[in-house]
Amino acid sequence: MGCISPQPTLDNKSFLEETVSVESSRMKAIGPNYKEFIPPEMVRRMGRIIKMGVAAAKTSLADAECQLPDAIITGTGLGCIEDTEKFLGNMIRNNEEFLTPTAFIQSTHNTVSAQIALLIKCHGYNFTYVHRGFSFETAILDSLMQIESGQAKSVLLGAADELTENSFQIQSRMGYWRQKPADNLKLFEHPTKGTVAGEGAAFFLLHEKKNSNTYAVLQDVEMLFRPDSPEEVISEIKLFLERNGLKESNIDLLVLGRNGDIRFDSIYDSVTETAFPGVPTCNFKHLCGEYMTASSFGVWMASRILKNQQIPDMLIIGKKPETLKHILLYNHYQGINHTLILLSQA
Amino acid sequence: MSKRIYITGIGMISAIGNNVPEILTSLEASKTGIGEITLFPTLHRGSLPMAEVKLSATQLLNLAGQNGSQQFTRTTLLGMVAAKEALKSAGIDAVDTWKTGLISATSVGGMDRTEHFYKEFLEDQSKGRLRDVINHDCGDSTERIAIELGINKLISTISTACSSSANTIIFGANLIRSGKAERVIAGGTDSVTKFTLNGFNTLMILDKRGCHPFDEHRAGLTLGEGAAYVVLESEEIVMKKGKQPLAELTGYGNANDAYHQTASSPDGTGPFLAMTKALKMSNLTPAEIDYINVHGTGTENNDLSEGIALERIFDPVPLFSSTKTYTGHTLGAAGAVEAVISILSIQNGMIFPNLQFSTPMKELNIRPVTEVLTGQNIRHVLSNSFGFGGNNSTLIISKPTYSS
Repeated sequence: MGCISPQPTLDNKSFLEETVSVESSRMKAIGPNYKEFIPPEMVRRMGRIIKMGVAAAKTSLADAECQLPDAIITGTGLGCIEDTEKFLGNMIRNNEEFLTPTAFIQSTHNTVSAQIALLIKCHGYNFTYVHRGFSFETAILDSLMQIESGQAKSVLLGAADELTENSFQIQSRMGYWRQKPADNLKLFEHPTKGTVAGEGAAFFLLHEKKNSNTYAVLQDVEMLFRPDSPEEVISEIKLFLERNGLKESNIDLLVLGRNGDIRFDSIYDSVTETAFPGVPTCNFKHLCGEYMTASSFGVWMASRILKNQQIPDMLIIGKKPETLKHILLYNHYQGINHTLILLSQA
Repeated sequence: MSKRIYITGIGMISAIGNNVPEILTSLEASKTGIGEITLFPTLHRGSLPMAEVKLSATQLLNLAGQNGSQQFTRTTLLGMVAAKEALKSAGIDAVDTWKTGLISATSVGGMDRTEHFYKEFLEDQSKGRLRDVINHDCGDSTERIAIELGINKLISTISTACSSSANTIIFGANLIRSGKAERVIAGGTDSVTKFTLNGFNTLMILDKRGCHPFDEHRAGLTLGEGAAYVVLESEEIVMKKGKQPLAELTGYGNANDAYHQTASSPDGTGPFLAMTKALKMSNLTPAEIDYINVHGTGTENNDLSEGIALERIFDPVPLFSSTKTYTGHTLGAAGAVEAVISILSIQNGMIFPNLQFSTPMKELNIRPVTEVLTGQNIRHVLSNSFGFGGNNSTLIISKPTYSS
């Protein structure tokens, strides 16, 4: 795995032993020295999302000791907005004159997966999904189908989204972010309107066979578009678990996409209280912030927990589970895109 | 893989017509949709041509059966028109009990409105109407089309530049083969924008005279806009409903050129791999392909790379043409636009020409079809779509062997 986030997460030897808190409605990803991952002449031209994606992807490949995956499948909600803004701004300011192509070329939504393919010379299947809170989940679905159908033995799966000053401002005007900045680690202590903005890139090398390094089994994924009620979500969870031979009582830990926004968090309460009474939960958006592919950070976290067979004290809410076999991740973006991801012990 | 994937409905809107019958009429008459830019003010009006859907925002809103109360982007409205036609042509009035998904593609999403927003926002960050930017992201058009069609499961969006909508058809077929869906409406939509026009212009790959694919004197592509969708259905639905499918999707492949972010490799590695994968899946030999709807953008680089890949695989290269000379390059919609045109070729036994061709390329020994050919028995069509980031996709669409 490889994860770049507002926390120091890229080093696979440690796991959230240190956490970063900021007094802001905006959390910035901690970038590594990108020259360790990308030739210097390329680094200079690349947008931040591309650098984050490539560094996270290369870290995950090295971690898995894989040089060349059979396929690269990624998700991004907004794609390369820094380059999009750059080109759009120049076009408007200069009245369509004196433009250079670099920002336009890199504004294409599939640039991250394309640059990874280019750097590692991967000629395989290369897809990019760009659908709000379904972006990463569709990438998971496709990855699982590629492996299950035998079209690929290994898939480099990932997600990346970047936050720019302008996109932060625009989404702030839309009421997405907290007006009064507060410590992100205390995001859930004072629920109010708005949440904290985040960004990051998380990559995973999936393989049809497990080995001693395997973190977890990525079992299944489900996407629900605008469910009518918590009851509908609960019944979909039931069906989802059933098709994986499980019941609610088999779930040892819930990883939830709570973001501290009173308009959106109540469904997490309804679902957990009704379907999973007494099951411990972990939140993750106080660590990575809210963005369209934030669930990829949740998958990274859940995978680490399954491998370590231990939940960091700062994360767990409720009683420590006796076993850690199955984790269900439930997330939703703006109440529209609800997703379920099932991970199990390898 | 044993499961067959049938195409039971098609819908399209582009510069050559607002629906499939109009488009067929233009194709038969060799009538191009490429012309002057009229939709928005730009420095390039008069010097660069484009293939526009000649409908104002209000006309398009009416055609999509919408009133003005909701803020739809042009990309969404184009998509709605084509997706509704596709469902109607498949004989689906309301989405029934079959597990139905919508996988749509777009390259710029709501950029046509973002451009307006951004102008004011650049001057003052508190300015610009938020309703002009809220639909910016690629998922917006897909969700609005899904709501309009009544689809609430398996909704997603693909953006892999100019191969995007070919990839929705690939993913849709995989969803059906895996049993995740029984029916998928797959395709794409893109409106022309100042952003893309200027973007391609900075790359110096827009032909001032309109595109001349596979011509020695080609000087670039011509942008177009439009939307196209196909209805993919499982063998089970087709058999149970006793439907007559329009075509069968017999093969597909996606590969990455991994050569350069925008340029294609000189030996056509990516195109070669995509076509080879698709042929292998379809169990067809190259000689069984009757017609190739090439990607054929008209750029110096694409046509050479694609042509070399064709010569590596086919001997001789079958009849081929770039129908971008009619529709312009519709970017995220192009793969589905050309899939629909390929189906029209199969249905009507016709091959639609590569307009504006005069001189064969000196590096290649092939020349495209330049006149409308009729009375052809077209059993298998191969359609290529290649995008930035070396994203290469091939679809093989065949005359259906099943008959109800």
